[in-house]
Amino acid sequence: MDQIVNAPKALPSYLDQTPAVRDRFGRLKNREVILRVDGLGKTFSSRQGTTVALRNISFQTHRREFLVIVGPSGCGKSTLIRILAGLDMQTGGQVLLEGKPVAGPGRDRGMVFQGYTLFPWLTVKKNVMFGLEVNGAGTSQAESEALQWLQLIGLEKFTEAYPHQLSGGMKQRVAIARALATQPRILLMDEPFGALDAQTRCRMQAHLLEIWRKIDVTIVFITHDLDEAIYLADRILVMKAHPGEVQELIEVPVPRPRDPDQFISDSFLATKARLEEMIYSAHGEAEEEEEAYPMVARLTAVGDDVE
Amino acid sequence: MLKQLSSREKRVLGIFSFVLPLLIWCAVSYLPFVWHPQMLITEAGDVDYFQPGMRVGRDVFESEYEAAKSAGKAVPAGVPANPIYLPAPDQVFTAFYTAFTMPPEARDAPRLHQSLWHSVQVIFCGFAISSAIGVPLGILCGAVARVSRLSEPFIEFFRYLPAPAFGALAVAILGIYDGPKVAIIVIGTLFQQVLIVANTTRKLDFALIEAALTLGTRNAKLLSRVVIPGILPDLYRDQRILLGWAWTYLIVAELIGTTSGITWFITQQARYQHFPNVYAAIFLIGIIGLGTDMVLAALGRRLFPWDRPTAKG
Repeated sequence: MDQIVNAPKALPSYLDQTPAVRDRFGRLKNREVILRVDGLGKTFSSRQGTTVALRNISFQTHRREFLVIVGPSGCGKSTLIRILAGLDMQTGGQVLLEGKPVAGPGRDRGMVFQGYTLFPWLTVKKNVMFGLEVNGAGTSQAESEALQWLQLIGLEKFTEAYPHQLSGGMKQRVAIARALATQPRILLMDEPFGALDAQTRCRMQAHLLEIWRKIDVTIVFITHDLDEAIYLADRILVMKAHPGEVQELIEVPVPRPRDPDQFISDSFLATKARLEEMIYSAHGEAEEEEEAYPMVARLTAVGDDVE
Repeated sequence: MLKQLSSREKRVLGIFSFVLPLLIWCAVSYLPFVWHPQMLITEAGDVDYFQPGMRVGRDVFESEYEAAKSAGKAVPAGVPANPIYLPAPDQVFTAFYTAFTMPPEARDAPRLHQSLWHSVQVIFCGFAISSAIGVPLGILCGAVARVSRLSEPFIEFFRYLPAPAFGALAVAILGIYDGPKVAIIVIGTLFQQVLIVANTTRKLDFALIEAALTLGTRNAKLLSRVVIPGILPDLYRDQRILLGWAWTYLIVAELIGTTSGITWFITQQARYQHFPNVYAAIFLIGIIGLGTDMVLAALGRRLFPWDRPTAKG
């Protein structure tokens, strides 16, 4: 499925933007900077020596931008988003949120994790109320706000259900509502749809775009799915591994509003070709360190072939 | 190996797990050809030291029988019997019944349920004191690494000291009545409790704590709103197991100082060879223990409707 690089028709450059798209990026960049990452580094020390997970990461995002981070496994994208969330500390550089350095987790940065992290002992409604209550909102105020958020994600019928009664997609919708309820400046999402089946994932992507359009929130989204990255992103931060560094910050030339039909448009394919080129060449380097998978010995009778 | 059983199958097997030992007991008691190493004398005949109601070994009975027969004297008669320390189920059942319905033979002696109630109070007291210290300390050990390192090595050492070893000391400090008994139960339970609760706390999914952190939760609220509710079903299960341990310390504890409670009842009845009463008392402890646990388990299912170990996620 990834062989479209060999498509017969020559693709335009991913750098080509239609006037409308260029205009949109102009407006985007005119908006104030929300998040600024400056020379961020992270090294892990262990008995075997030090490992550089992230080196000199710098980028900035503007208000209401949808930034997607992609990269091969081991490029440190999860470490990066955990540092942004304040769950890990960087060993160099700094993260500025609206000009103020980030130290530790806080309600101004909401996070949706890949694993389901709803509190299993709370109902859906109480899960969404949680952030509001620990930040000092009264119960009735928290409840009415939570109900509004549940309405927004279309789960108002499940307010009294417990997380174990929900499907994976529903759980992630509640997790998004819970993260948004405290009205963070940025929503950090670490492969939030990674565990969902293809169909649910597709619906969740469209739903997320719909939410993002309606709410004043900046989204930083990690994925390893390139289609997902192009479909969602304004800009894509491409990272490379060993050590984790920024390879390129791509402005996605696919016009908005996005639509699954665009998956086969020229600008989409051009962007994807560029991403594949970067990630797979980086992958090639990584693979030298990994052992090749073994040839499997034949365990069936001769002649009993399936192919 | 561990295949899923239907609930009906589980129930039937559960009943059989009680019925099988009971059947074995019945067989040993009622089938004269199974065991019965003694003879219960019904008629003494001319054997001078035999008396009706006396139990003698089978070989003794047979040699006396042959001796009487060859001497032309009146032969003794008897029926095969088990030793007095193994009463038949019906005797124990009767003892169980009369313990509740009839006043005790000795005047002023406490009745079975009064002895038992005293024991239950000692257990409850010991377990409550142990939990009041052990549960909060255990949660703190599990949640705060410094508290853990400061207290757990010593607790780890102390838990190897057998609680009954402190008996004499407890009597010296707390007198001879209920004080030392409660103390033994506390010593026997507390140190295990801290370690078990700490371990349960550490097993809480760390992602939940991280999620709470990103929602702006801090320090005390993290403990009260995430850690404690998160471990509550497991903590409840731990407490049920620990309560069972507290029961196992009971008899030893009650022997310390003045013997009291169910232990006093058991030792007293055994002294007069009222073995059916001894068995009745021992079984009653089992019934109370299992009954309490079943009630607590059912209560747990109602208290924690979200806790479904089979459907994690």
